[in-house]
Amino acid sequence: MIVVGVSHDFDQWCDHARRLLRRRVPPDAVAWRDADAGGSLFDPGVEDSGTAPAVRLPATFLERARTVACHRDESRWAVLYRLVWRIGVEGDRGLLLDAADPDVRPFEVMHKQVRFDAHKAKAFVRFRKVDDDADGERYLAWHRPEHRVLPLVGPFFARRFGVMRWTIFTPHQSADWDGRSLTYGPGVDRDPMSERDGPNDNMEELWKTYYRNIFNPARIKTGAMLKEMPRRYWSTMPETGIIDELLREAPERVKTMMARQQDENPGAEAFLPPKGHRSLPQLRSAARQCEGCELCDVGTQTVFGEGPKDARLMFVGEQPGDEEDLAGRPFVGPAGRLFDEALAAAGIDRAAVYVTNAVKHFRHEPRGKRRIHMKPTVSQVRACLPWLRSEIEQVRPAIIVALGATAGQALLGRTYRVTQQRGELIDSEQWGAAVLGTIHPSAILRMPDQSTRDQAFEQFVHDLRTAAAAA
Amino acid sequence: MDLARKLAILADAAKYDASCASSGAKRSNGRLGKARGLGDTDGVGICHSYTPDGRCVSLLKLLLTNWCVYDCRFCVNRVTSDTPRARFTVDEVVFLTVEFYKRNYIEGLFLSSGIIQSPDYTMEQLAEVARRLRQDERFFGYVHLKAVPGASGELLEKAGRYADRMSANVELPTDADLKKLAPEKSMKTVDLTMSALRDRLIESKAERKKTRSAPRFMPAGQSTQMVVGASPANDRDILTTATRLYTGQNLKRVYYSAYSPFLGADGDLPAMTPPLIREHRLYQADWLVRFYGFDASELTMPDAPDLSLEHDPKLSWALRHPAFFPVDVNTAPRADLLRVPGFGTRTVGRIMKLRTRRRVREADLRAMRTPMNRAGPFIRVPGGEVIKKTPELLIERFKPSDRQMRLFTRRLAVDQLERPA
Ligand code: SF4
Repeated sequence: MIVVGVSHDFDQWCDHARRLLRRRVPPDAVAWRDADAGGSLFDPGVEDSGTAPAVRLPATFLERARTVACHRDESRWAVLYRLVWRIGVEGDRGLLLDAADPDVRPFEVMHKQVRFDAHKAKAFVRFRKVDDDADGERYLAWHRPEHRVLPLVGPFFARRFGVMRWTIFTPHQSADWDGRSLTYGPGVDRDPMSERDGPNDNMEELWKTYYRNIFNPARIKTGAMLKEMPRRYWSTMPETGIIDELLREAPERVKTMMARQQDENPGAEAFLPPKGHRSLPQLRSAARQCEGCELCDVGTQTVFGEGPKDARLMFVGEQPGDEEDLAGRPFVGPAGRLFDEALAAAGIDRAAVYVTNAVKHFRHEPRGKRRIHMKPTVSQVRACLPWLRSEIEQVRPAIIVALGATAGQALLGRTYRVTQQRGELIDSEQWGAAVLGTIHPSAILRMPDQSTRDQAFEQFVHDLRTAAAAA
Repeated sequence: MDLARKLAILADAAKYDASCASSGAKRSNGRLGKARGLGDTDGVGICHSYTPDGRCVSLLKLLLTNWCVYDCRFCVNRVTSDTPRARFTVDEVVFLTVEFYKRNYIEGLFLSSGIIQSPDYTMEQLAEVARRLRQDERFFGYVHLKAVPGASGELLEKAGRYADRMSANVELPTDADLKKLAPEKSMKTVDLTMSALRDRLIESKAERKKTRSAPRFMPAGQSTQMVVGASPANDRDILTTATRLYTGQNLKRVYYSAYSPFLGADGDLPAMTPPLIREHRLYQADWLVRFYGFDASELTMPDAPDLSLEHDPKLSWALRHPAFFPVDVNTAPRADLLRVPGFGTRTVGRIMKLRTRRRVREADLRAMRTPMNRAGPFIRVPGGEVIKKTPELLIERFKPSDRQMRLFTRRLAVDQLERPA
């Protein structure tokens, strides 16, 4: 029995195999060993006396054999030699087609395992940026493949990341790219970055954020995940650190998704009185019963619009505030008082205009004894729109002034922007009127200092004058 | 709003997009050591990670913004939805793509968007991201852009010059469905957009035949996506539309995405998710049409227009055509072998090769890891047992009890799973 040691190197194995074949040494007379220590147990000098003609092998076999040689199982060398013998010496050139053959099968299995592992190396190597030397950026990676796949994947990384400088460490080997050439060096046992000081690559947090959010918590299939991303690769991938957390959070996230989206608003439409019974008083009293959206439960009462039926000017705000909710009338709180002042300054008689809100209930959040205003949601605005539509149908104003973004968007669509279009008269076919958007008086109240407030007030009055002149 | 917050919102909003594959493009980046830029695309995509929902992460899948002026009832980003909104700048998307790519997290970018202002305005922004990546960042990775239906020809042209693939989404299988659930969209607009891309693609291929240096246009072709289960359309309608798109519009892929009821609970939308298995069956059927020589019309029947949820479409077809079987493994033509349940294209390829060497036996099929409990009844092998008797017997054999286990032990990740054996 000839014992041959190979140090994990396909070319070295080829060398040995070639010499053995020239002496026609049959497979069962050779024992192959991994020579971890380096040197070969086989002394090529003495044995190099064969004279038989060299064997010829199909290129496809050699290519696959090179892959199999990266497998960590020591038996690979013997399997390869038996196949070489049967194909090259015995001349069975189609042998590999025979998947059921006892030599072909382990060859195929090992080939598949190494291919999987090499593919996963391309997928799962994670570079981290370190800016630590004179030449600036440099990237390091720590990866734990099952087999010695670095030589199989090195060129891939060199091509793809050719403009960077990087090193990939594995337990068996390392590969280094300096921008021009690829070299292989010894492996390391542990993550070489774990001992580095300094902050982590800050892209890792963003990457985890992405990973967390692209995952759909309503579909859990950990089996499918583990099949493609076995745990043995997890330790070197930043995102796998949050998987347990994601699974724990999933039921909660599904619940919020449902709560957020499953809005079951029937809308106010269902509460409108029948056609022919939609005078303002009839609408007002029907609106008291409205349960068109969840806001019916939160406010004290429905705050309907008010003003003469033949008003030329209609004002639409966002929603009633705290005082309006208690009084049951629109624009009577602090913003209402500022509004009155502006009307007076613009020479408009409040008694002659119709004043209402896009949403008829007060959306708020209790905080201690106070009720804090909250913007109504888009779906609440939509639910409530039938009331506003009916008011417009009854009053048929010439000009509708939208106060603030919510009213503007309710009347002119979601693309409406107060900041860009304020003060413009926009003809609306839908409402049979011109719509003019301006800011909401409460926005003026919230402004930080007196001079900006004064300025905004001036501008507001100016918009009101424009509207009044057009009406 | 900080970048992380935007990323959270706009990745979350993109998670229902089914199209994630990055294969089919080749964009080589100079020789080793002489790279012209970052990255390359070598024709087969890599899945860089997997999420606990069993799906892979191969691209950075984002919406430029989830603001949308349309009100499609099945869509979480519709204008009347209360979802939190955000919008990336062009620079932010470019930054995330390049930095993630450099760390080997992704194969490239898949960028879609809600419609902001107008189709043209939106398309312009998407195209600008791609231009910045290619020209300023010299990025050679994969770029897939949404083609906004109704965007102008020049903008589509610009986008296609920088993107590997584009997709105008049909959204729903029939025009009637669109009218009802996506009133601002129409099949016609989508078709026109697809045709514009198709024509430009054909033109550019012809140019490249003449002059090799002619610019490439959308080398990985175009794809589309359909939401399944939001409308009453049946599988036959869906497959008919898909076939029309594959043949008429030259599409590379049609993606199916199961409607998720959390997305909106408008009164006339179903309250239930269609079983995920339906989405899976459609992918299998799609696969049979593209790689197994089946005609879409064979897979369902006019009086039974939905795919079976119990059996995969190939097995269903086989059970309906007992006279076609058994197929002789040693003499049948390739096309017939491809119709055997349990035989994938790989198995068939290996059988064909082995046949040139010697007769194929049952042991060979087992060595090729063919599921014999499925294939057995449909084939003839030397000395092998063939359980082909009557259709009743076959149907008996493939009763649901036998199915349950298989169905749920199988992985359901979209891109791997769609291959029927
Ligand atoms: S806010 Fe409008 S739709 Fe909602 S309950 Fe009140 S009145 Fe009805």
